[in-house]
Formats: sequence, structure tokens, C-alpha cells
Amino acid sequence: MHMADALISPVVGGTMLIATAGVAAYSIKKIQNDMDEKKIPLMGVLGAFVFAAQMINFSIPATGSSGHIGGGLLLAILLGPYAGFLTMGSILLIQALFFGDGGLLAYGCNVFNLGFFTCFLAYPLVYKWITRKGCTAKNIFVGSMITAVIGLQMGAFCVVLETFLSGKTELPFGTFVLLMQPIHLAIGVVEGLVTAAVVTYVWKARPEILEKAFIGEALGSIQIKKVVTGFLIAILIVGGAFSWFASANPDGLEWSMEKTAGTTELAAPNGIHQVLAAIQSKTAFLPDYSFKSNESGDAEKAVIQEEEAWPAVKAGTSVSGIVGGTLTLALAGFIGLVISIVKSKKRKIIASVE
Amino acid sequence: MSHHKLEVRKLRFSYPDGHVAVKDISFTIHHGEAVGIIGANGAGKSTLLMLLMGVLFPDVGEVLVGDVRVTKKTLPMIRQRLGMVFQDPDDQLFMPTVYDDVAFGPRNYKLDENEVESRVNMALELVGITHLKDRASYKLSGGEKRAASIASILSMQPDVLIMDEPTSALDPQARRRVIGLLKSFEHTKIITSHDLDMVLDTCKRIIIIKEGEIMADGAAAEILTNRVLLEDCGLEMPLSLQNCPLCGIVKA
Amino acid sequence: MFNMVNSIYNMRLLDDLARKETTIHKIHPLVKLLTTLVYVTAVVSYGKYEISSLLPYVFYPVLIFAFAELPLVPIMKRVLLVQPLIIGIGILNPVFDNYTVMLSGMAISRGWITFLSILIKSGLTVTVSILLIATTGMDKLALALRMLRIPKIFVLQLLLTYRYISVLIEEVLRMMRAYSLRAPRQKGIHRSVWGSLAGQLILRTFERAQRIYQSMSLRGFEGEYNTGEPTPVSFRDCIYLVGWNLFFIIARIYNIPMLIGLLITGVIK
Repeated sequence: MHMADALISPVVGGTMLIATAGVAAYSIKKIQNDMDEKKIPLMGVLGAFVFAAQMINFSIPATGSSGHIGGGLLLAILLGPYAGFLTMGSILLIQALFFGDGGLLAYGCNVFNLGFFTCFLAYPLVYKWITRKGCTAKNIFVGSMITAVIGLQMGAFCVVLETFLSGKTELPFGTFVLLMQPIHLAIGVVEGLVTAAVVTYVWKARPEILEKAFIGEALGSIQIKKVVTGFLIAILIVGGAFSWFASANPDGLEWSMEKTAGTTELAAPNGIHQVLAAIQSKTAFLPDYSFKSNESGDAEKAVIQEEEAWPAVKAGTSVSGIVGGTLTLALAGFIGLVISIVKSKKRKIIASVE
Repeated sequence: MSHHKLEVRKLRFSYPDGHVAVKDISFTIHHGEAVGIIGANGAGKSTLLMLLMGVLFPDVGEVLVGDVRVTKKTLPMIRQRLGMVFQDPDDQLFMPTVYDDVAFGPRNYKLDENEVESRVNMALELVGITHLKDRASYKLSGGEKRAASIASILSMQPDVLIMDEPTSALDPQARRRVIGLLKSFEHTKIITSHDLDMVLDTCKRIIIIKEGEIMADGAAAEILTNRVLLEDCGLEMPLSLQNCPLCGIVKA
Repeated sequence: MFNMVNSIYNMRLLDDLARKETTIHKIHPLVKLLTTLVYVTAVVSYGKYEISSLLPYVFYPVLIFAFAELPLVPIMKRVLLVQPLIIGIGILNPVFDNYTVMLSGMAISRGWITFLSILIKSGLTVTVSILLIATTGMDKLALALRMLRIPKIFVLQLLLTYRYISVLIEEVLRMMRAYSLRAPRQKGIHRSVWGSLAGQLILRTFERAQRIYQSMSLRGFEGEYNTGEPTPVSFRDCIYLVGWNLFFIIARIYNIPMLIGLLITGVIK
């Protein structure tokens, strides 16, 4: 599943972007060291292949339904973890830009959820271990199956974690886990079945293709440990830095992302807290806490509490908000319309002059 | 002008599976010549082209461009002088826009951007697609794609143009335009094709290959009218030289 | 098969739109990319109960649509196509959070507010991502990525993937048609040919990659991707960047609709 921008907070999105960029930079360095420039067009075209293959419906035996593949595992097997990860990265970027699947801020989360676990954990530790004594049809089947399921389970859990940490939805953590993991078990099984079938076919027809990918990163397993630890450290540092801000002001701090660059090291927590508190008081129309205190569900009480939370705000505030909001939208629509009309008239005049 | 000739000496090449695709081929092509290389499917034409371009290296024999032998070391120099147009333009137009594709070669030779631009413009003008400069290559028609891929080679200003099936998958008018284009170039040309009418139109000299060996090498007018020879090699006479089925005029 | 045709159509449409030459299209790609990133970050940074203060952010996509002369319907269709995913997750908010609050005399469940907030955010962020590509195009965006020091290998690989998506979708489409014509009334590809159908395509893809590599290396490619020189950022681009960012920040700090609303209701009283 693709994470969407709307479901994450800047802290989570930013952390994952930085972490993903780190892994990508390392992967690029690894590929450059291999010095196999033939791999570059192969990565590009295989990326396009996976993109197209995602649209093939494979009918699933005995269920009457059909599924498709994500392709992360396939890329790892055909290209090795580093090139596979990068290729997944470009597929997801194109999906975000052209199709709105996932977003720009959520890009890091998506590359990580769909690429990292499969390429850097499941593939080297599970698939390669199962096929360590060489490929057989059975090895490939078992390996693909287990690897796909594990990779997707980790990815799905990460989706839950990211959503939970972002705090945009009300889904309780446990419920979300119970919802996501079984769904992704099914998806993982399909992914495993299809990947196994495809890899077996390729292995029978052109065994050298698989051997190349295999030998290409035979030395890679040690480095992969480095990648994983490096990554975990990075995420702890970056995430820690961000959430340190967040803890200073749990409500208003979600947007501190933009400001961190300038203020991270300089300002004392107290100063930041004050600044943000001041901003918060200016920004929040319906800030979290005005509702949070209202546990009884009683409408009347809510009004009272809302007024208590904001003595400065008059009773008519919410009316103003709605009126103002409607006007803002109307104004935006009106301006857009006027510009479009003026522009199209201009075009017509130019056309008639010509 | 000895440095413009292309010489092939006793070439032999076999694939890893043992199949011998080229057995003992020798010929010399001089500056400004237009040579058609024809033969049935699997005769070894494509392998021969790959050997000329240094994509493959022969088991025995050598390819000389001017006086330089094609080896791994001389490849960058050789490839600047030989330009090859692939059969499927989609393999050759891999950049997002036509301009970037035509500029790809010159940029790789580290020319400065002004020189790149003037070369691109010149190449596009030569094939008559200046108006397509900023278009995405995948949206071009078959004929436009072909012209763009020829331009992507011309921008490298090669001495020799090598074309693999330049008229395949084109509609009749686009095909006619490509033929006109080919005739207008003064480069040395090597063209492989099954479109024998096009070969007849563009080439003065023909080399027929069968099972990796040269069966005939001579003037187009003689070889393309030799029915027995052509049929023996899995080919037939160009349609324009065959008898007309409608009016019954007998040409050969 | 329908979605494949649709994807090709969608990519071509965005490509066509990106070739326009309006004021917005002429803005430097790097500036547009950065503005979009700041925009998305700003929108996403709002708390889950905020709606009215988010609304001024509508101005950005509206003005881009108008000035870049983009068609509203096909782009919004694309945006709506993504929404079901968001709705699927967001619709659970009203289920799990049903504390009611009073809004101008109406009792509303808090969950609906957060749901609406997510929907608006999703609509805005998805729209501006698509607007970015519709006003910039992949080639220019790649240039912007290069200016951000994204490694050449990744950018080249991204461009290649982008370039060959339509080629490969068409290849897949041909194969699926050939399959479905001989296998009527099947919902998907039958298990027995999973491997050979997709595997065939992979083998062809490998062959194509090899030919592309050859055509690249015959034109002097040695692992180094050489782009043209990037166009410099002009004064006008800077104004665009600073202007929008200023607007985003002001809209973030002051609740503009609220101010307007207070003004209007104040006048009425």
C-alpha cells in the first residue's frame, strides 16, 4: 500500500526522506564501484517492466479473484539489492508525480516500505539463504514465497507505524495492525507465487541472468549489515531530533519541520517552546486540545469547555470561521475563473490577428 | 582518401553456443560508396554489423576503419566515425525529448554546449524535423521516429552511416521519404535490408550473404536482376523489376 | 487492460500539457519543485482538526490551473481516482472518534472533522504533485534533480524508466490481448501461464536493455550521463519562489478565513 501525504506528519515524512536518501546514496556508491555500466539501461527498462507488470491481473486459483505484483522482490532477484532498491525508487517517484499514488513528502516512506525491507532484509537474509546451494525449482518457490511474505509484512507494519506516529487518523494501533497484517499476508502470498513462477521461467530459459545478479553481490551480505545498522542509527538520530521538538509542544510542533533547519542547534528548548506557543495561539482555530478535553461526548459541555479553553474567543468564532472559509473558497474560484476567461479571450484575439 | 575506407579481412565469428554466424568474410568499401548487404533471415547480417561496430569482436580476422584496426582501445575513435542506426528506433531514442536524444552523442564526447546545440540543429535540419525538437520521442510517428534516430547519429558527424533495416515498419510515404533522405546523404553508406526495392534505389553495390559467407559482391544492376542467384539465397527480385501482374508488361 | 490504456493516456496528457509555454511553464523547474515541496509540507503540517485555516492553500492550485491554462476535468479526475484509498483509511475516523462537538449550533462528531481535514489535505497534496509535472515535464524535472545534486545514475535511470513505460505497457497490452482472445471469460492470467507470460516479457526486456546499451555505447556512453548545462535561476524565478513561500507562511501563521469571517460578521452586527 502506498502511504499518502495526507496521512503523515512532516516529522515522519522528513525523517523517512532523509533516511531513504541515505540508503539510496550508499546503493549508488555500491553500483558505481561495480563499474558495470550495462546495468544502468537494464535498471531503467526493468523499472518500466515492473510498472507495466503491475497492471497484469493474475487470477488466483480457487478464489475467483485476481491480484497483481508489486515487483520489489523480483527486482532484488534480477538486479541485486542495491540496483533493485534504486529501481523501486524511480518507479515510485513516477507513480507519485504522474498518478498521485503516494506523495512527494511520503516518497521516503514508500520507497522504504516497499523497497528497503524486501531488498535489504528479506532478500539477502531469507532468499539468498534458502537458495545458497544453488537454484532449484523448489528452492526458488520456497524462497520467493517466504521472502515476499516477510518483506510485505515488515512493510505493512511500517505503514502502520508511520501512520500511528503521524497521528492523523484515529485508528487505534492494535486495530490497524490487525487490519493491515492479514491483508498483506494475502498480498504477500500472491506476490510470492507470481514471483516464483516468473523467476523459475527465467532461470530455466536463461540461467545466466540469475547467476549474474547472484554473483554481482555475492560479497554484498556483509555490507548489508552495515546498511541496516547505518540506517537504524540515522533514523534514531533524525527522528529523535524531530521528536525532541515535537515533545516541546505536542500540538503545534508538527509543522516545525520548516523551521528546524534554522533553529535546531541554536535555540534552547524553552525559547522554541515559547516561540511555537505564540505561533500556535495565532494559528489554531480548532487545535487538538480544545476537543481532547471533551471526553463525555456531551454537546453542551463541549461548548462550555471550548470557551474555557479560549477565553479570548467569542461565541461567534465558529460562525466566522465557516463564513470566512466559504468566502475564501469562493474568492479562489472566482479569481481562477476570471484569469481563465481573460486568458482565453487573449488567445482568441491573438489567433484572430494572426 | 585511404583513411575513409572500411576494410574487412577474413572475418569469422561464432557465438558461445558454437553457432558460426560469420565464416570468412572479406570486402573493402571506399569513400562515398553506398553498399547494400542483403540475405535471408539468419544469414549473418546483424552479426556482421555488430562486428563492424565493435560490439562483438571476431574470432579470426580484423576490421579496419581507415588504417585503424577495431579493438577495445580504438573503440571511442572508431565509434565517432561509424554511426549506426538501429532497426527499432525505440532502442535508439531513449531520452525524454528528441533534442536530448540527438544531443546525447555529442555530449558524451564532451563538446561544449554551444557546439552541441549547433550540431543538433544541423542534424535535425538535415533530416527535416526541426519542428519536432522538443517533442517526446515516444509520441512521434514511425517515420518521425526513424528520422529522429538518423539525426541522433548524424549529430556525431560520422564518415560512415550503417543502417539496419531503415525502412522496416514504415508506411509507404514515410518509406519514400526515408529513401529520399538516404539518397541525399553523401556519407559512405552500408544498408542491410529485406526491402530490395529500397536497396535498388539507394545502393550502387550489393553484397549477398548466405550462411555467413559472401555469395556475390558487385553492381546492384547486375545482382538484383539475377533471379537464379537471388532465389538460391532465399531472396527474390525487387518488385519494381518483376513483371507487372495487372498490365502484363514483361520486365525480366 | 483498461487501466493500462488509461495510464498511457494519462502520461501522454501530462506530457502534452508540460509542453505548453505559459508563464508558469517558463518558471525554473527547480523553483517549481521547491515551491511544491514547501507547499506539501505546509499543508501536511496542520493539526488533524484544522479545516478553515487550510483553505487559503486552495489559491495555489487554482492560480496554477488558471495561469498555466490547464484543463480542470482530466486532472481532477486523476486526483479523485486516488481518493478512495484515503477515504478507506479516513472513514474509520468517525467510527473511532465519535465525541461530538458544537460548531455554530450543530453537533458534529469530531471524527468527521478529522476525516474532512484528511480529505482536503489529500486533495491538495495530490493536486499540486500532478500540477508540478503538468507544468514542468519529466525532462526539466530531471534537470532540477541534477541541480539538487541527485546522482547522475539515478536521474538517468529514472528517465529511462519513464521513457520505456509506454513501450513496455504496449508490449504487455499486446500480449494480454493475444492471451484474452484465446482465453475468453477469464478474469486474469491463468496460473499455468503466469511464469511463461511474464517471464517472456522479462527476457524480451533484457534483450531490449542490451540493445539500448549498445546504442548508448555506440554514441560514446561510458557510464557517465552528460546533461546540458542547467539554465540559471532568474530574478523572476526568485520572486515566484519568495512570493509563494511568503504566502504559505503567512497563511500558516494567520488564519485568513477566520479574519475575513470576523470582518464580515463584525460588519453585519
